[in-house]
Amino acid sequence: MKLTSITLALASVAALAISGTAWAQKKYDPGASDKEILIGGISPYSGPASAYGAIGKAISAYFDKVNAEGGVNGRRIKFISVDDGYNPAKTVEQARKLVEQEEVLLLFQTLGTPPNSAIHKYMNDRKVPQLFVATGATKWGDPKNFPWTMGWQPNYQSEARNYAAHILDTKPNAKIAVLYQNDDYGKDYLKGFEDGLGDKAKTMIVAKATYEVTDPTVDSQIVSLKASGADTFFNITTPKFAAQAIKKAGEIGWKPTHYLNSVSNATGTVMLPAGVENSTGIISAFYIKDPTDPQFQKGKEWDDFVAFMKKYHPTGAMNDNFNVYGYTVGQTMVEVLKKAGDNLTRENIMKQAANLDMTLPMLLPGVNIKTGPDDFFPIEREQLATFNGKSWELFGKVYGR
Amino acid sequence: MNQASDRKWFWIGSALVLVALLVLPFLLKNYRVFQLNLVMVYAVAVLGLNILTGFNGQFSLGHGAFYAFGAYTAAILMDKFGVPYWATLPVAFVVCFVFGTLIGFPALRLAGHFLALATFALAVAVPQLLKYKGIEAWTGGVQGIVLSKPQPPFEFRLFDQALSPDRWLYFFTLFVTLVMFLLAWNLLRGRVGRALVAIRDHPIAATAMGINLPVFKTLTFGTSAGFTGLAGALGGIAVAYVSPDSFTANLSIFLLVGVVVGGLASIPGAIFGGLFIQFVPNIADEISKSAPAAIYGVLLIGLMYLMPGGVMGGVHRLWARLRARTEG
Repeated sequence: MKLTSITLALASVAALAISGTAWAQKKYDPGASDKEILIGGISPYSGPASAYGAIGKAISAYFDKVNAEGGVNGRRIKFISVDDGYNPAKTVEQARKLVEQEEVLLLFQTLGTPPNSAIHKYMNDRKVPQLFVATGATKWGDPKNFPWTMGWQPNYQSEARNYAAHILDTKPNAKIAVLYQNDDYGKDYLKGFEDGLGDKAKTMIVAKATYEVTDPTVDSQIVSLKASGADTFFNITTPKFAAQAIKKAGEIGWKPTHYLNSVSNATGTVMLPAGVENSTGIISAFYIKDPTDPQFQKGKEWDDFVAFMKKYHPTGAMNDNFNVYGYTVGQTMVEVLKKAGDNLTRENIMKQAANLDMTLPMLLPGVNIKTGPDDFFPIEREQLATFNGKSWELFGKVYGR
Repeated sequence: MNQASDRKWFWIGSALVLVALLVLPFLLKNYRVFQLNLVMVYAVAVLGLNILTGFNGQFSLGHGAFYAFGAYTAAILMDKFGVPYWATLPVAFVVCFVFGTLIGFPALRLAGHFLALATFALAVAVPQLLKYKGIEAWTGGVQGIVLSKPQPPFEFRLFDQALSPDRWLYFFTLFVTLVMFLLAWNLLRGRVGRALVAIRDHPIAATAMGINLPVFKTLTFGTSAGFTGLAGALGGIAVAYVSPDSFTANLSIFLLVGVVVGGLASIPGAIFGGLFIQFVPNIADEISKSAPAAIYGVLLIGLMYLMPGGVMGGVHRLWARLRARTEG
């Protein structure tokens, strides 16, 4: 089912009708009232990661649209978005400001693994939702130990499992080489990949190499991986090293089936600088629609997005992935609030967030948002694409649970 | 006569300020108390840098590194060895003093801008060094170390407000801050202070007067690093989390900004430096989401234009003008 504005409207009418019978039992925690829902956000509007600040702005714009169209169940969303400059110490201060001073109902889309780690314990001690955090680390989906925290985008492990599934489908006798960054991020991907290959991981992975963030290049690692005789390569690197690895493999004439983690699949900063002759044919995974892909630039879903951008976010770039991201994650938040109805307690918010099964207009066809009491990983499906020298071309089926 | 009445007013004023500082946390929310806590932490850090830069004329763009070392010293001691939080402060001071002296020794050969660059290199390197795999078992790598907030040792209520962990930590930090400011005041107002200023203003004349330049300069570097490191330990305890990304090169620059804004070679100026570091970024963020850094810059330039000698310079000028008026 496609979630158009008509079905959304129908759903909200239905929700109103249902909640109408229970009006006597309105329940509120701090930050919620008959008129308003206070939501806090923390984004790096300044500092080294300020490029990601675009997401916070897109979310604010989307909530403006929701408010202009009547709010959620008659309540306006007040989104208080503050800057932490990607500094975890500042994140703690800002989270405390939002929770203790502004008394928000929940925190939404706090960005980055270190900033979220800094407030992980605090949010769970205070029992305030830390919802749909903007990082791919797998540790955000741990409902047993941290029942107040949930991720949103595909986590590193499930993405790696998708590549493993594709390899098992297409090349069950592959000899695989893996290059990964020697930290939590790299190990997270590797674990998912090995889990995905299952019993065959030991025999299929013929070589592993690591690098440190502080290393100048990964050239020697690529040379030794080639020497292992591998015909398949899983490249778990951040953008700078990804470009180096792609280039070096091309230079020494190594042409494996090349899987590249989505952290580094940006066309402008990785694929083109690495040299088109080297990067053509590489495979990576996607879950939201690329606003520059002509096949998605039509239909009601695209028109709605364009209308939103024109009216509520005129300063944002139409071709910026972050705007699609902000728009879509904003819709997820609104859906949770809708389902919560008049029971706007923090407990019910988490209950509803852990009870989703839906699609959204700017997610790739077949990709869904699905959670459960034991499943705090909203998006796990992705589609693979190959780089054709200019842009990414989606192919094949959608992988993931 | 005038001197005596000045002194009387100084003591009355100080007593009033102290009472206000003791009552204040019970009138504010925990979150505000936490912010005041950080103001004091930054004030001590700025004070440390001011000893070096303001009094001794040595520039450091790397004091964020000592702040980080202090914070990590406290965090590792608490997390891995179960040391109580208060006992980590002297250790942090000593570790950073030793480290600062070691850095200060080669720094003797580097004057002015070159010293600034050498220390800046330290500030840039520290976040990456903290992520180094070999020490990950201790530092927690990229993930950092999560600490538990110290609990108040006894129950107490005032104005119907309990002594929360934040309020307890406020009093603890206040006590440490007062001790550090008294120490600095004792150190700088006498012979040592005069020697430092002499070295700053005219090193050759200072040597001629019998001041041992290398010893004084290295020990100043060490003491300065010790103060800032102790502040880092306090900060780590207050935030209850340390990670490499908390201590980027920006921190070193903010500390230097704090020194200049408060007033070079001014001990009370460090408090204004702390206030600036803590609150001005928040104000900038509230004014504009698009360019908080630009707003910060404008505020900084505006302040420097209004008070070229820092806040304390401005206060002194205002005071002099008032005195001139009452006497005239």
